[in-house]
Amino acid sequence: MSGLTEVNWMIGGPQGTGVDSSATLFSRAMAVAGYWVFGKREYHSNIKGKHSYFTVRVNHDFVQSCLDPIDVLATFEKSTAQIHAHEIMENGALIYDPKSTKLEDVEGLDPSVQLFELPFDEIIKEMAEETGKNPVKLSIMKNTIAVAASTALYGVSIDAIEEALKGLFTGSKAKLVELNMMAARKAYALMEKAEGFDSFAYKVAPQVNVPAKESRLLMNGATACGLGKLKAGCRLVTYYSITPAVDECIYLEGRPEYGITVMQCEDELSAVNMMNGAALTGIRASTATSGPGFSLMAEGIGWAGMNEVPVVVFNYQRGGPSTGLPTRSEQADLSFALNVGHGEFPKIVMAPGDMHECFEDGFDSFNFAERYQTPVIVLPDKVLANNTQTIEHFNQEGLKIDRGNLFEPNIDNPHEDVEASMATHKRFEVTEDGVSVRSLPGQPGGIHWLTGDEHTEIGHITEDPEIRMAQHEKRYRKLDKALKEIPVDRQFKLYGDPNADVTVVCWGCLKGTMLDAMPVLKEKHGINMNVLHVRLFSPFPVDGIRKVLENAKQVMSIEMNFTSQLTKLIQTEVGFAIPHKVVKYTGRPVSQTEAVDAVMDVVNKKTERLVLSYGH
Amino acid sequence: MATKLLDKPLKAFNLKSDKHPDWCPGCGDFGITNAIQQAVAGLQIAPWDLHFITGVGCSGKTSHYVQCYGVHTLHGRSLPYAIGSKLANPSLTVIAAGGDGDGYGIGAGHFVHAGRRNLDMTYVVFDNEVYGLTKGQAAPTLPQGDKPKSLAAPNPNGQINPFALALASGYTFIARSYAYDAKHLKATLMAAMQHKGMALVDVLQPCPTYNDLRTKDFFAEEVTFEGADVPRVYYMEDEGYNGVVENPDDLNEVNEKRLAAFNKIYEIEERTGLGIYYQIDRPSYSDFTKEAMPLLKEYNPVDIPYYDADMNPTTDISSGQASVVI
Repeated sequence: MSGLTEVNWMIGGPQGTGVDSSATLFSRAMAVAGYWVFGKREYHSNIKGKHSYFTVRVNHDFVQSCLDPIDVLATFEKSTAQIHAHEIMENGALIYDPKSTKLEDVEGLDPSVQLFELPFDEIIKEMAEETGKNPVKLSIMKNTIAVAASTALYGVSIDAIEEALKGLFTGSKAKLVELNMMAARKAYALMEKAEGFDSFAYKVAPQVNVPAKESRLLMNGATACGLGKLKAGCRLVTYYSITPAVDECIYLEGRPEYGITVMQCEDELSAVNMMNGAALTGIRASTATSGPGFSLMAEGIGWAGMNEVPVVVFNYQRGGPSTGLPTRSEQADLSFALNVGHGEFPKIVMAPGDMHECFEDGFDSFNFAERYQTPVIVLPDKVLANNTQTIEHFNQEGLKIDRGNLFEPNIDNPHEDVEASMATHKRFEVTEDGVSVRSLPGQPGGIHWLTGDEHTEIGHITEDPEIRMAQHEKRYRKLDKALKEIPVDRQFKLYGDPNADVTVVCWGCLKGTMLDAMPVLKEKHGINMNVLHVRLFSPFPVDGIRKVLENAKQVMSIEMNFTSQLTKLIQTEVGFAIPHKVVKYTGRPVSQTEAVDAVMDVVNKKTERLVLSYGH
Repeated sequence: MATKLLDKPLKAFNLKSDKHPDWCPGCGDFGITNAIQQAVAGLQIAPWDLHFITGVGCSGKTSHYVQCYGVHTLHGRSLPYAIGSKLANPSLTVIAAGGDGDGYGIGAGHFVHAGRRNLDMTYVVFDNEVYGLTKGQAAPTLPQGDKPKSLAAPNPNGQINPFALALASGYTFIARSYAYDAKHLKATLMAAMQHKGMALVDVLQPCPTYNDLRTKDFFAEEVTFEGADVPRVYYMEDEGYNGVVENPDDLNEVNEKRLAAFNKIYEIEERTGLGIYYQIDRPSYSDFTKEAMPLLKEYNPVDIPYYDADMNPTTDISSGQASVVI
């Protein structure tokens, strides 16, 4: 069978002109045709006008990272060709509008690139004549035209577009399917007649093993986290609007069937403390935020730590410091998350590495919060939050809800036994494992007090040094318990050959990048690499990680930050100095292409610190 | 207030915790705490259903002195805690309390937005114009140019009028009382707790240690008002003032009462009226979410079932992911 098993497509344009919806349609069409896709979304902190682009990697097999060179660049205005033309591979294609884009203004185009003119305005004019609709209103069809021209060029049947449209336009919008199909048919007809169409080098081979219908999901990490929270029983989320965390909240607000209260707060101080207040009642409460908002939440997280309140904070990392790179990716909040809030208190800090882990963390975080009665901080990154990909359904087998040590009132008629009902409960009783019985307002016999001050077992303020020590130690014992109980493969995981020549340490979204790079390094460069992906940072699995690193032949780390934060944590906690560090802090994700080159650079040149910079 | 009332009479003294207040002798906080206990007893609210949430400062400690689920939160943050609690479990009686610096200063943002949500709770502000626990700095209610003995120089900041702010923010019950007027304070708190919606009770309170301007004697003085010598503090009701909107759908009445309240609110620059400045029945945030989410008609958010007896999660996520299934 002729054709490729992998292609890499890009569409771009000013924000607000439909780049996102084009990419959604393209991804969905490819997914419907049975391929696996990974979509990378890059955009500015701007509503309309600035340049945004989307690349979609299409593969016969599961992929979880982006690639750099593209084979088809679809454009409907001039700026995208000007910015991205040089990224098109040899014999690739540029689809462009001859009216708006003059090729003499486009630099860096490889001479072998095939040029496909697409007269967008003429197609729209034809459609206006045939339907009697206003051509200005029909100009939105440019997106569909660009997508359809691309799928035609790749050799994908127009049926995939039709099915994708049917999935996107349902209910009252269903009538838009036919209008879009009219645009798509015209684009297909024009492309099929175009010179060089048949001989185009990047036809994608039809998928041999087409996955069963409804067997996969096409989604982003923000939605995956939201679904995990719903499954966990989270029924109250507070937030203050911030990119990229707000995507999770918008998703949850659109799901009234679950009865989840999604409170838009006046600021992040309100969001964190309202979550705390809600969690006191026993509801599973959470907040979602990003960088600047997370900074504002520090005091409230400290209160939850001091009062042993089970709360879940999702900090979707973006480029910092300050407002930094609001719409770009970075993994630079790890050190802060570990130390968030003044003083010392135990917190569980973890980060998902892919969509499935987003769902798992969305679910498990509440179990951990309730079992260890302490704040849980989850650190997804913008790559995971915003990129779309095809995945298999989440594994929901064997999931259990763990409410931790909850008080059970044993007073038959509280109103008859007011004295017992008003009795005081030792909410902060000093116990062996540090966990005390948690009573909730409304429970007779459970009365206690809470305070940000150091407190006695019933929660009253104290400055007694002995009680201080007992309470401080009790709180910290919960972390020992957590490290013992949380399954090891939930803490970190070594992927690949345990005896590999190179071990790459990473966290967050780089899991996907490194796992995709692993077979390429083996096949193309003969490098046997394994990947140590860390998910749990507090409590930190010191012994387990030490064992892996001490057995490794050559260790390098890769992180999307300036200071190699996980590498430093390993040095401090494990006492192992990773000799080779790869970093990227442009705010753009690390592609598989870059990762392969980075590993080769370290292997060949023994580079101590390699800075990556690819991407617009 | 949504709590089931007690079968057996509860007395105010039952609501005293074992913790003894460490306020200065003569502090208005004692009177306010007593009145809160009396109001709770007066309404026969089960103490284990009472979520009493305070800020930080002298007043912040009040929650420790009441035998109930008491929560001493962060400076300025009592309202977000209270809102979170009430949203999650509307069956609780939620009272938030704190000082004027706590509520109108560091917590001013939350103060405004609590009005917008109009949840069914009571917010008691201990208003003494100073930050007592840090030794008497000016609170946002201290008039410009005033110099209580705790300040090194006259206060250069202007003051805010919390009631004007509350009225603009959507509070549906706005009342003032006085810490040394036990009877009026108890009655006002009871009215606030019985009001369905966000109730603000601002309690004037001398700080005998730091504020030598607003003393017990100051409040007992006579002032000249509209050419006559009158008591500085008076009951607005006695002069026929009625701030309660009878028909919230009658725009004319609402406008009339709101204007009257606004004028009354600024009278404080000359004399001090005690009582209800404004009261209206308006839908809350939760009234809206109940309409939007059928499950909330059946359950309080905290009671929505999500696991079975074997601790298996029972939430079916298929509708949540329907749009992303390929």
